[in-house]
Amino acid sequence: MARMVRVAVNVNGVERSADVEPRLLLVHFLRETLGLTGTHVGCDTSNCGACTVHLDGEAVKSCTVLTVQADGAEVKTIEGMGREGDLHPVQEAFWAEHGLQCGYCTPGMIMASADLLARNPDPTEADVREALAGNLCRCTGYHNIVKAVLAAAGEMRGASAQRTGEEVTA
Amino acid sequence: MGAPGVEAFETTPPGGNGHVGRSLRRKEDPRLITGRAHYVDDLTLPNTLYAAIVRSPEAHAKIVSIDTTVAREQPGIEAVFTAEDLGDEVAPTPMVWAPKGVDIFVPDHYPLAKGKVGYVGQAVAVVLGSDKYGVVDAAGLVEVEYDPLPVVVDPEAALEDGSPLVHDEYGTNKVFEWSLAGGDVEAAFADSDVVVEKRIVNHRTAGAAIEPRGVLADWREGKMTLWSATQIPHIVRVILSIQLGITEDKIRVVAPEVGGGFGSKLQVYGEEVLACWASRRLDRPVKWTATRSEEMLVTHHGRDQIDYVRLGAKKDGSVTAIHAKVIQDCGSYHLIEGPVIPTFTACVISGCYDFKAVQTDIVGVFTNKFTTDAIRGAGRPEATHLIELSMDALAEELGMDPLELRRKNFLKEFPNARPHGFLYDSGNYDGTLDGCLEMLDLEGFRREQAELRDRGVYRGVGFSTYVEICGLGPSRALGPDGWGMQGGYFESAQVRVHPTGSVTVYSGTSPHGQGLETAFAQIVADRLGVDPEIVDVIHGDTNTGPFGKNTYGSRSMSVGGEAIARAAEKVQDKAKRIVAHKLEAAPEDIELAEGRFQVRGSPDKGMTLAEVSGEAYIPGDLPEGMEAGLDEMCFYDPDNFVWPAGAHACVSEVDVETGRVDVVRYIAFDDCGRAINPRLIDGQIHGGIVHALGQAIYEQVVYDADGQLITGTFVDYALPSAADVPSFETGRIETPSPTNTLGVKGVGEAATIACSPAVVASVIDALKPLGVTDINMPLSPLRVWQAIQAAQGKGEGPARTEQGKEGGMS
Repeated sequence: MARMVRVAVNVNGVERSADVEPRLLLVHFLRETLGLTGTHVGCDTSNCGACTVHLDGEAVKSCTVLTVQADGAEVKTIEGMGREGDLHPVQEAFWAEHGLQCGYCTPGMIMASADLLARNPDPTEADVREALAGNLCRCTGYHNIVKAVLAAAGEMRGASAQRTGEEVTA
Repeated sequence: MGAPGVEAFETTPPGGNGHVGRSLRRKEDPRLITGRAHYVDDLTLPNTLYAAIVRSPEAHAKIVSIDTTVAREQPGIEAVFTAEDLGDEVAPTPMVWAPKGVDIFVPDHYPLAKGKVGYVGQAVAVVLGSDKYGVVDAAGLVEVEYDPLPVVVDPEAALEDGSPLVHDEYGTNKVFEWSLAGGDVEAAFADSDVVVEKRIVNHRTAGAAIEPRGVLADWREGKMTLWSATQIPHIVRVILSIQLGITEDKIRVVAPEVGGGFGSKLQVYGEEVLACWASRRLDRPVKWTATRSEEMLVTHHGRDQIDYVRLGAKKDGSVTAIHAKVIQDCGSYHLIEGPVIPTFTACVISGCYDFKAVQTDIVGVFTNKFTTDAIRGAGRPEATHLIELSMDALAEELGMDPLELRRKNFLKEFPNARPHGFLYDSGNYDGTLDGCLEMLDLEGFRREQAELRDRGVYRGVGFSTYVEICGLGPSRALGPDGWGMQGGYFESAQVRVHPTGSVTVYSGTSPHGQGLETAFAQIVADRLGVDPEIVDVIHGDTNTGPFGKNTYGSRSMSVGGEAIARAAEKVQDKAKRIVAHKLEAAPEDIELAEGRFQVRGSPDKGMTLAEVSGEAYIPGDLPEGMEAGLDEMCFYDPDNFVWPAGAHACVSEVDVETGRVDVVRYIAFDDCGRAINPRLIDGQIHGGIVHALGQAIYEQVVYDADGQLITGTFVDYALPSAADVPSFETGRIETPSPTNTLGVKGVGEAATIACSPAVVASVIDALKPLGVTDINMPLSPLRVWQAIQAAQGKGEGPARTEQGKEGGMS
């Protein structure tokens, strides 16, 4: 067997460690080693973005990151975004706007969208389309995905404004 | 308020019925947006073996030898198998189209190649081992010696004398010839004042579902379970039974969450059979997941037709006849139904128009490429494309407005018998075109177009008015004595009311993204007076519910949904008889209102479904002779197909310096009969547009002259991204289908069938001032630029566009 390397990665707030082959892709560490199968593999060449996760707060394509590169880092996957009854606003918006059909690209789309909104809370439609150009969807024609991201942006800005307002009044 | 999963966007009161027609939020979504869905690659079983497949790098070659010794010796490798190991234990893929009186060559196509290979990517050996990465390493150590044979990739060249033969034993590359005609075509052409002729290439494309195919096979205790990323679990079971010689009672096929299909998973692939065989041989679960490159190589492709069209008309614009000679590239081997696909072009060769005579002649051709089969639209996008672009050419020839030409020839009376034997069920073609034009504002666009042209900006508009045949289909028409498909095309449903009044629906369809768990629940909710939130829809598992015919051909609602509606009506009838008995009323006086079965005229007297099911499952006082339970089944086989239609308009802008095409507006105005869930319909339209827009501008499966696939990844196969397409404008009218009680038609393929000619026509319209009158897809910058140069007399026009001669790499 190949030489194994010890890695420790904080995944969705939980410290996980394992001995892995140096060549093990992060997406396979998440899916096969940790059983977090919400992150998908669609293309192997970083084109489709189905494997998008957050690595130290930034969206990356986990099919093109080695697990050893994530040693000591924080990773967030779709499983860490929200659960039914306590959804992240982007998840909620994808549901409300019919931003998904087969759902295979959806976790990556949601992670990429959340990344966009963290950097740009008030994107235009063109901003959203540009930001998601690395995430492919064959079902939706992107129309409702774009609507969902814009809706989530509005929702998050509203919540953020409300929080700021509360802080001011407090 | 409903529970999560079923919340109305509209404010109409939920009540006992009225769910049909509402845009309910999808029941499917919570698991999909939280990463909790289970696609096949998410599933694992104890002691699973991973499979990696050794594939041919040659497009046509004899296999001289296969040496697996080194591969077998690698750590963690359990076995390496070749065709020799399969022996006689696996039968070749049965091709299910066998029309009477038509000879079709069907070469034996095995899961592992026997003696020779006919396409790049053909499976030669399979390596099985305990480590996902380790099997790929070992597969690279299998040594195969090939003796290359001459290769042919161009279907027209393959038909010429002296061409290399894909299969020597047939002495020809012609797979089959098939014709369908109605009316006196030659007389109609002779009687025409104008005949336009065109050669149209409808190039090869990929389904390109984002989830690659995958399988997990588990032979245990004499039974086989196969989880597969498929659209057709029930059909897979039948064919596994045939190929493996295992009776169907011992095979369970499950389509778990499936990540898109678009026809590419309407198939029974060698890997499905091989995984089952290997699991039985090794008595361990076997798992295989395609890489994207495998997906591009050996998941069936679509289109790949060359069409020679003749269209005749009188001086006043009345069309007379249409004749299409279709050359279909079949690839080197068939899978389950490839050769039938171009015949669907023939079904709709009359389009929306009153042709008095029609004829379609199809020639299938072997080439050293992978199989073509059904991809979204399957033969019908090709029909719309050739009809609509020929109608535009005719308008040009006549000096007539292309929309006026269409209106003049629209069918207006329904049902309408077409000369080649089909009966269009209903339609309102002027209505959809009116709707489309109202949204477009054509006059406004023409003003804008003229202003932009003065500034050197080239914008154009193109139209497509289409009709599609879907709702496959009447078994008598499609089956062995008709079209020649060796199967029935009914759909099954079971509606089971539980003792406490909630409902489980089993559907023989196998949805994979369409939202049918929600739409079907709406149909049942209305018929049983319950909220859709307590109607669960089960599908995609041959161990639940009756035998079904699955999901393709825009059939799930018009055949599968109708079966569910009819099963639900049977439950309703029984419920009414129970209520009548309990309330001492006549069954015909019981009506469903406000979520209760009530005595007409006495709304105070009534029972809920839960109360009725309590009576049915605690049968102390049922009507004389009535069986216990509240659980009904339906097998629905339609009397006719259904015929959705519509009008699409595309506005595109061409950068004449670079040849780049940008679609800036797209309007889809469709008529798919009664809407069950309008939001889901719009979603199907959006996705369908981009699928065809992708073909029109970006996507092409390209083989070089040696049969090597050039577009083997998403780096080279240009699937449109969000940045490549605009948002869409959709509109709809509802002309109910008289074919089914729901009045529905089907919408899964509609926009893909409609869109491509509108895109091409918009580019021709944009470039008209530069003299461009014709151009074939895909409208890559190079090809558009070449067309402009040619029209300006500045150089060569586009090379002929067969596969391998001009790539989609530009």
